[in-house]
Amino acid sequence: GWKRGSSFLPGIDVTDTKLSTSAFLLLHQARAERFFRSDHTNNWAVLVCTSRFWFNYRHVANTLSVYRSVKRLGIPDSHIVLMLADDMACNHRNPKPATVFSHKNMELNVYGDDVEVDYRGYEVTVENFLRVLTGRLPPSTPRSKRLLSDDHSNILIYLTGHGGNGFLKFQDSEEISNVELADAFEQMWQKRRYNELLFIIDTCQGASMYERFYSPNLMALASSQVGEDSLSHQPDLAIGVHLMDRYTFYLLEFLEDIHPASQANMNDLFKVCPKSQCVSTPGHRTDLFQRDPGSVLITDFFGSVRKVEITMETINLTPHTETALAYVDQLPVAQIIHQKPKQKDWHPPDGFILGLWTLILLVFFRTYGIKHLKHIF
Amino acid sequence: MTARHPRTPAPLLVIGQRFLTQLLIGQRPRRTGSLWPSFHSRWPRWKWVSFLFILPRRRRSPRPQSGMKVRPVLSDPEKQRGRSAAVAIAALVIAAGIPLWWKTTETYRAWLPAARISELEALQLELRVEVEVVFARGTLSPEQQKKVPASRMREQTYESCCKSKSLCLVEADHALHTLTETSCGSVVIYIIPEASALLPQDMRVYVGRSRTALLRSQVASVVGAGLPEVLAALDPQMEQVLQTMSFNHQDVTAALTDRLRPGLSTRDSLADSMRAFKSSPGYEITFSLLNPDPKHHQLHWDVEAALDAYIYPLLHKMAPVANFSVDSQILYYAVLGVNPRYDASASAYTLSADSLAHVINPVEARLGSNAASSNPVLNFLLYVPDSLHSPLIIRNDQKQEVASNAFHSPRWGGIMVYNVDGAYGNDTQFPVDIAIDMSRVMGVFLSQLRLMLGFQQTGAPPGFVLEAAGREGVAEWELDRLLWSRSVENVATASASITSLAQLLDQIANIVINDNIAQQVASAVTALQAAVAELEAGNLALALEHSREAISASERAFFDPSLLHLLYFPDDQKFAIYIPLFLPMCVPILLSLLKIFREVQQHRAEKRAKRD
Repeated sequence: GWKRGSSFLPGIDVTDTKLSTSAFLLLHQARAERFFRSDHTNNWAVLVCTSRFWFNYRHVANTLSVYRSVKRLGIPDSHIVLMLADDMACNHRNPKPATVFSHKNMELNVYGDDVEVDYRGYEVTVENFLRVLTGRLPPSTPRSKRLLSDDHSNILIYLTGHGGNGFLKFQDSEEISNVELADAFEQMWQKRRYNELLFIIDTCQGASMYERFYSPNLMALASSQVGEDSLSHQPDLAIGVHLMDRYTFYLLEFLEDIHPASQANMNDLFKVCPKSQCVSTPGHRTDLFQRDPGSVLITDFFGSVRKVEITMETINLTPHTETALAYVDQLPVAQIIHQKPKQKDWHPPDGFILGLWTLILLVFFRTYGIKHLKHIF
Repeated sequence: MTARHPRTPAPLLVIGQRFLTQLLIGQRPRRTGSLWPSFHSRWPRWKWVSFLFILPRRRRSPRPQSGMKVRPVLSDPEKQRGRSAAVAIAALVIAAGIPLWWKTTETYRAWLPAARISELEALQLELRVEVEVVFARGTLSPEQQKKVPASRMREQTYESCCKSKSLCLVEADHALHTLTETSCGSVVIYIIPEASALLPQDMRVYVGRSRTALLRSQVASVVGAGLPEVLAALDPQMEQVLQTMSFNHQDVTAALTDRLRPGLSTRDSLADSMRAFKSSPGYEITFSLLNPDPKHHQLHWDVEAALDAYIYPLLHKMAPVANFSVDSQILYYAVLGVNPRYDASASAYTLSADSLAHVINPVEARLGSNAASSNPVLNFLLYVPDSLHSPLIIRNDQKQEVASNAFHSPRWGGIMVYNVDGAYGNDTQFPVDIAIDMSRVMGVFLSQLRLMLGFQQTGAPPGFVLEAAGREGVAEWELDRLLWSRSVENVATASASITSLAQLLDQIANIVINDNIAQQVASAVTALQAAVAELEAGNLALALEHSREAISASERAFFDPSLLHLLYFPDDQKFAIYIPLFLPMCVPILLSLLKIFREVQQHRAEKRAKRD
């Protein structure tokens, strides 16, 4: 066996070490078992709303609702990159300023008090989105605007807005194509910036956006197939716009039942919003994903359940006792006997001494007269 | 008549033509009782005359009938001139225009060393460890001693006055360490005779705090006295020692996990690789004291002195690996997100192993981080439970108490629960001043820090004794182990980055490659090759330095903000851009060329007909 901690005592602990080794190995194995249910150690989320203007209220409400769920299930703000145009809450046309509701009758204000938007307004561009994904940000970008994931991170990417066959419109002025998105994911894979990635898109013809993916460990869900439109859920007559999209509404209903220790898996997520409720046909793609979707928990992507290990050993730091000087550390006798005294450097006399001598001299010359000065100089 | 705009359209002036006669002649046709007002314009007469030239003039020749095309009749020299003009324009467009268009729409791509980069794809790493084997007196028989060529014969008698057996081995190790100067990455193995009393009966190998190992072996009984036979006899044991002290197959595959197919590494090494941080140029370490109950506990922790005494020595030793920045903070009213259960049998509140996973998330929102750097952050939290929930103990899966009362999360950090209920009685005046015993706390944090930084807790093979590092934090051979795996990891990551960057730049022909990117790539490739050479030569420290250079240059090149490939143009967009520009220009040229060609052909046909 092997020992840590205090000094070594031979001959005594042989049997103990044998036991401790086997116990240690068993523990190690148990630990290893728990680790390997999934390969990730941290979770990230990139939530993007690609529309602006008042009549796209529902897209902002979609994104904020997913943001709320993800925070509730444990992912901290430092691990969420939220990109919103953020022009709803303080819009002149909002009858209830500083709020964004996700359900009619204004039941749930998803804007809340502690929403942390990382990219707002005109910063939500295709370029910034791709920069966040690939990590090619200028060096002055603060930490909160970066996706600092590593090879054991599970990332959730949620996009919502107006889309078409093979593209997604960003803020009414530019678009991102499915080829660019697939290339960006490949770049992420090359640098191992994710362990597994879940891509959810709630736009018209959303399934076209995941057609071109070719990197491993990607799972994708879309709210509608190619040629279908994704419809909105319900208008609120007081606010005057549609509050949410159908797919995200039913997705949220599903997520409300999930808590951090829940065991629901991805097959349940695929069943969210069937055609009868959603009018469009939601689709999903799992061929690039290595694990079986039935073994992937919802909290693997939407929550942040940490792997934890008990610290079994500590280092014994005895406070401030010097180790007894071993024989070999002491000076050899020859050096001790023949030690020469250390040469001290000569310093000129101190101020006090100088003053004292000046006083003595002054008294002398005062007493005996100044003519004795000539004997000195 | 009011003044009119001079550019009044022609029809209106046609109507008012009668007034022109007045202008020209200078008199107006007077009529009594004229309804028309007099014409006083502010312009002189001659300006009005010039309008005659704007007016449409009648044609001299009669207008041709519609349906009859009038072709201008050109003479032969004019035709020839026309032809040569068309040919000249076409030649100019082709010779000068197309190259100019190509050059001006070209993206600037600095030269990359493609040949050396493709060499990197098939990189073969050779790791060489320098081993010095020292035979103590009594291990070799006399004939062996004569025949074994010794590079150094040292007559050194070491007289030790061992006060107790316990310190003997440590002293011996320390003394032997002072004998030889070991460089980073090398190992010295001392062979001591079988009958030596230095090691206890069951232990064959002792590995000290520095890079020395004591191996007990009987070599004198080996048949054949030459050096190769002696070393062959020792080989299996020495290999075991080296695998413990330097690197073994699992370590290397763990360092290369993302580049390998899954399934090649063992689960233990995979767990180790998940726990430790990946190689990064710097790390930030934050020590936080969480005090949920400031009304009752007033905590004092001398964290600066504790860091100086216990943590900084380890971090200084790790300076060749990465930069560290350490800070500390105290958080008040920070609670764990989990309610502990009261256990009457232990009369304490307990946290079970399952609930520990949910402790970290609510706390993490309150911990700050340094916004300036993107380095990975390690958090070490010291939680002092509030007086209502004291004492708080952590239970493991088997419902047993954990001695350290601490747990850690891979790639995040550790949390220790420090109970202070023993420091005061029931009727003391609150708040109580409590000084935290930093040596106990730092002992736990130090061991967690070692795990996070990559010093694995692999078990030693049977018969081995590994000396604990103690106050120094890490033994030199442990550091060497880390340096080996880090060098390999850095080399692998850097070469993967460079090759994938080269592939990306090849695939997308539109990306601009600036000079600084090319420079970074070139320096990364040079540093990589130097690192591989140093690893082959066995100079671990230099190899690590070069590999760090390589990885930082390759990361800077790969993540350069200018390499954004927002340049996917579908084909229809390309047509839509170029057709309105080039079609109006090219069609006349092409048609005139065609016409010339047809005329020439006709001409030739006529000539041939004439000849015939």
